[in-house]
Amino acid sequence: MSLQRKVKNSQARKRTSQGSNSYQTTLSAWKVTEDLSDSKSISKHGQNNPVEDYERADDQAEGALQIALTYFEKGSIKTSQSKDKTLEKHLKTVENVAWKNGLAPEGIDILLNVALSGKFGSAVNTRIFKCMIPATLISEDSVVTAVSWLCVGKCSGSTKVLFYRWLVAMFDFIDHKEQINLLYGFFFASLQDDALCPYVCHLLYLLTKKENVKPFRVRKLLDLQAKMGMQPHLQALLSLYKFFVPTLISVSLPMRKKIYFKNSENLWKTALLAVRQRNQGLPPEPLKLMLANVHPIKRKWNSHSVIPVLNSRNYSKESGKKGMNLSDYFSSNGSFPLEQLKSFPQLLQNIHCLELPSQMGAVLNNSLLLHYINCVRDESVLLRLYHWLSQTLQEECIWYKVNNYEHGKEFTNFLDTILKAECFLQEGFYSCEAFLYKSLPLWDGLCCRSQFLQLVSWIPFSSFSEVKPLLFDHLSRLFFTSTIYFKCSVLQCLKELLQNWLLWLSMDIHVKSVNSPLETTLGGSMNSVSKLIHYVGWLSTTAMRLENNSTFLLHFILDFYEKVCDIYINYNLPLVVLFPPGVFYPALLSLDSSILNQLCYIMDRYRKNLTAAKKNELVQKTKSEFSFSSKTYQEFNHYLTATVGCLWTSKPFQKGLYIDPKVLEKASVAEYKNSLNLVHHPALLGYAVFFLLQEWPKERKVNLSSIRGKKWNWYLDYLFSEGLQGLKLFIRSSIHRSSVP
Amino acid sequence: MDSYDAPESTPRQCASSGLKDYFIGATPLQKRLESVRKQTSFIPTPPRRKIPQCSQLQEDVDPQKFAFLLHKQWTLYSLTPLYKFSYTNFKEYSKLLNAFIAAEKQKGLAVEVGDDFNIKVIFSTLLGMKGTQRDPEAFLVQILSKSQLPSEHREGKVLWTGWFCCIFGDSLLETVSEDFTCLPLFLANGAETNTAIIGTWFQKTFDCYFRPLAINAFNLSWMAAMWTACKMDHYMATTEFLWSVPCSPQSLDISYAIHPEDAKALWDSVHKTPGEVTQEEVDLFMDCLYSHFHRHFKIHLSATRLVRVSTSVASAHTDGKIKILCHKYLIGVLAYLTELAIFQIE
Repeated sequence: MSLQRKVKNSQARKRTSQGSNSYQTTLSAWKVTEDLSDSKSISKHGQNNPVEDYERADDQAEGALQIALTYFEKGSIKTSQSKDKTLEKHLKTVENVAWKNGLAPEGIDILLNVALSGKFGSAVNTRIFKCMIPATLISEDSVVTAVSWLCVGKCSGSTKVLFYRWLVAMFDFIDHKEQINLLYGFFFASLQDDALCPYVCHLLYLLTKKENVKPFRVRKLLDLQAKMGMQPHLQALLSLYKFFVPTLISVSLPMRKKIYFKNSENLWKTALLAVRQRNQGLPPEPLKLMLANVHPIKRKWNSHSVIPVLNSRNYSKESGKKGMNLSDYFSSNGSFPLEQLKSFPQLLQNIHCLELPSQMGAVLNNSLLLHYINCVRDESVLLRLYHWLSQTLQEECIWYKVNNYEHGKEFTNFLDTILKAECFLQEGFYSCEAFLYKSLPLWDGLCCRSQFLQLVSWIPFSSFSEVKPLLFDHLSRLFFTSTIYFKCSVLQCLKELLQNWLLWLSMDIHVKSVNSPLETTLGGSMNSVSKLIHYVGWLSTTAMRLENNSTFLLHFILDFYEKVCDIYINYNLPLVVLFPPGVFYPALLSLDSSILNQLCYIMDRYRKNLTAAKKNELVQKTKSEFSFSSKTYQEFNHYLTATVGCLWTSKPFQKGLYIDPKVLEKASVAEYKNSLNLVHHPALLGYAVFFLLQEWPKERKVNLSSIRGKKWNWYLDYLFSEGLQGLKLFIRSSIHRSSVP
Repeated sequence: MDSYDAPESTPRQCASSGLKDYFIGATPLQKRLESVRKQTSFIPTPPRRKIPQCSQLQEDVDPQKFAFLLHKQWTLYSLTPLYKFSYTNFKEYSKLLNAFIAAEKQKGLAVEVGDDFNIKVIFSTLLGMKGTQRDPEAFLVQILSKSQLPSEHREGKVLWTGWFCCIFGDSLLETVSEDFTCLPLFLANGAETNTAIIGTWFQKTFDCYFRPLAINAFNLSWMAAMWTACKMDHYMATTEFLWSVPCSPQSLDISYAIHPEDAKALWDSVHKTPGEVTQEEVDLFMDCLYSHFHRHFKIHLSATRLVRVSTSVASAHTDGKIKILCHKYLIGVLAYLTELAIFQIE
């Protein structure tokens, strides 16, 4: 539709530019078309479907619009009764179309010329301005032409005001702004006009770039300020100037003030919304500078808001130049100001000449700069961030200092921001680690629990034994004395820590960059990871005892081991650590089928990892540093035997486990051996009963021992179909089916 | 300059670290973390320190030059290293800071940098105020009110003073690159609002961070012991301790004043290692005071909180306020405060 309209528009323009007599012909031609279409619409009305109807109506309006536009462009200046009527009609036409669909760039171009040329009275001009709503964009040339009309002095003051308001409201829809920016001096001169001043200020606020800020302009603005006093629009423009060149001007805005410009958009508010929706993201939002000094109410002098505002500068760089010559400010130094950094390609193009923020903490709120931080080798950038972050964390931390609890929400938000950044970078900050050292011993385990534990999970990889006395010893103390939910959260966070370390190590081993900050040997790294796993094993064993073998807790423990069992295959790191007996046996004898299922899954993964490791060893022949000790294999085989014994052969605990028969007698499970297989295992007993009831509903007595032979296989299929996938994997890989009992 | 027992020789620095194996050729950032680890894993302060020596100022510096810093109450702050700070730009800094203050004072009104205001900002170095040659030069910022009469060119009243220094700050200096200037200790005298404005300007300009430096009771006891141990030609003030008893509705303060010579005598009786103060001696010294007090008043001072210590050398309050009285020991007092400030920013 819009394409069609454009074609028509250009035709209309051609026509109108043909000559003085073309007006009449066009007009008559229009009359004919109008009549034709009118009659057509009457005659065909019944047969047309609504869509076509609508389109035609649109076409019709389109035609009328062309006529109206032509009329405005070429219309005679003399006014008479009849002319007034025609004018009214055309005005209505334009208004209708504009409010409904907006106007094409060409239409706006025509109307702008008409409104500013002073052809009509200001009442008409006002109506024209009100309906100058772009369908998509406004061409920059139209605006430049319009500005030239302002110089002719044909339009009234109120029309000029309206023009500036319109320009501000439509600023985002102008396709380019380079030419307009060249007119900066002209706009600036218009500040003289008291009536225009607020609107021109707003326009300049949108238009100003760093290179527009010149000492003479600063002085002019200060003169205006002296003349008019503190005007919000002047304040806004001045603070923007300060934002760009703080070495020329200083201003501090009152904290609470929010509105600096009278809302110029009001007249076009709803229409603009419609245009935005139509355009859906086009054109890209031009950069909106925030007023550098507007912050929530100041809490303490040290921080307006916790994270500083992104603000490039530098005082020191500029003042480093000898003598601070004013002419220095006329030439931009070729660096790329942060305020203009809006996209990743921009970052890549300007990465060598990026102006860094004056306060490095500001990067936390800017994902593009986080990219930069991620790859930068400049140690001072990281040190600045380190200092700022560690001090802010300590200053804001609500339990680090007494009586600081009123800002709890703020601290939580701050931690969330940090965690978001760490997640984005997939890397922890050193300052957070240092903060944990200091604050963990004082932590009650409740405040910001989720955030705090996540910070723990982002501790950068380091020597476990080094970190243990600083962190993990304190953490275990809290762990053992807190609720089961806290224990689960800690296990979860340690799982994430392990995962982060593994990812980091697997990257590091493959990339092995020369500049790698940690000059570690693989053996040392693996040792550290295995110590972490053993630590969690110790926590788990003790926690199981403390919490009476809670199934809920066991789930979290097994989740951790799901990561552990797959290290060799998933991360390609030479490490297999088994779970401790204190985890294995409670899981094996659990009453919960999902635990048993998870255990089987883990056993299967261990098996695959160990097999892969053994295979690699055989291939490489050479005895590598990382061959696993036979102890690991023995231990695994031991667990495997126990599992198979409990699930399949009903011969559990053949070796290494002695229970006094008297005890078993007392517990009336003297025949315990037969009580442990897929049918009798306490976690699966229910399945067995359901299986029998379902398959042989007529049977009067449920005879569990009847599940054998063929029935055993059916039962297996039944179990698998019930979602015990871990069990399935385990049985498929670890049990030779010939041994069906 | 006699040999100062630099922190390298203290036990916490000597503690062997397995981390060394992990951090070969470590970056400043890792050195930083390593030192934080050390600090956290061992007792926060070294168990022994030098007794402040007579004058540790550079030989060619007249100690009287800093007389104006004495007998004033200073509020203490710790300060992270200043980024891209330059001693050659003091003129520009004063111009910018002047405009910044003017703009902050008349909210909303813009001012031109370099304009004439009714205040004057002066940056100047405190030459010689350092512990070792490596310590960066200390500097002073003063806000003066300008005299309204143009004929009189004399400077007006000092409204606010603040100074930045680093005395024996080696442990911090090691961990930063040359873009930074380490002056971890900041002392301010004057209206808090002014400190806020000036602090904000420094934070924005040099990407640093100010934090109030409180002195806990543990460190106050150390100060009490070290300052009592100082040799004095004549004592200017009594030695006084202030304890606070947390009880409602109002807290109760217990003041305990001793004749300085008695305090010195007590110190001499517990003091063993010449030239040094150890943790045991500090504890013993305080315990003697406690038991003496208990004998007379049956109050266990050890159950209360020490909030202020005043001696002839200096007096310090737990809020982070200090007054230095004796110019001989100026550097010694500042060295300990620098140590505390460095501890806080690590």
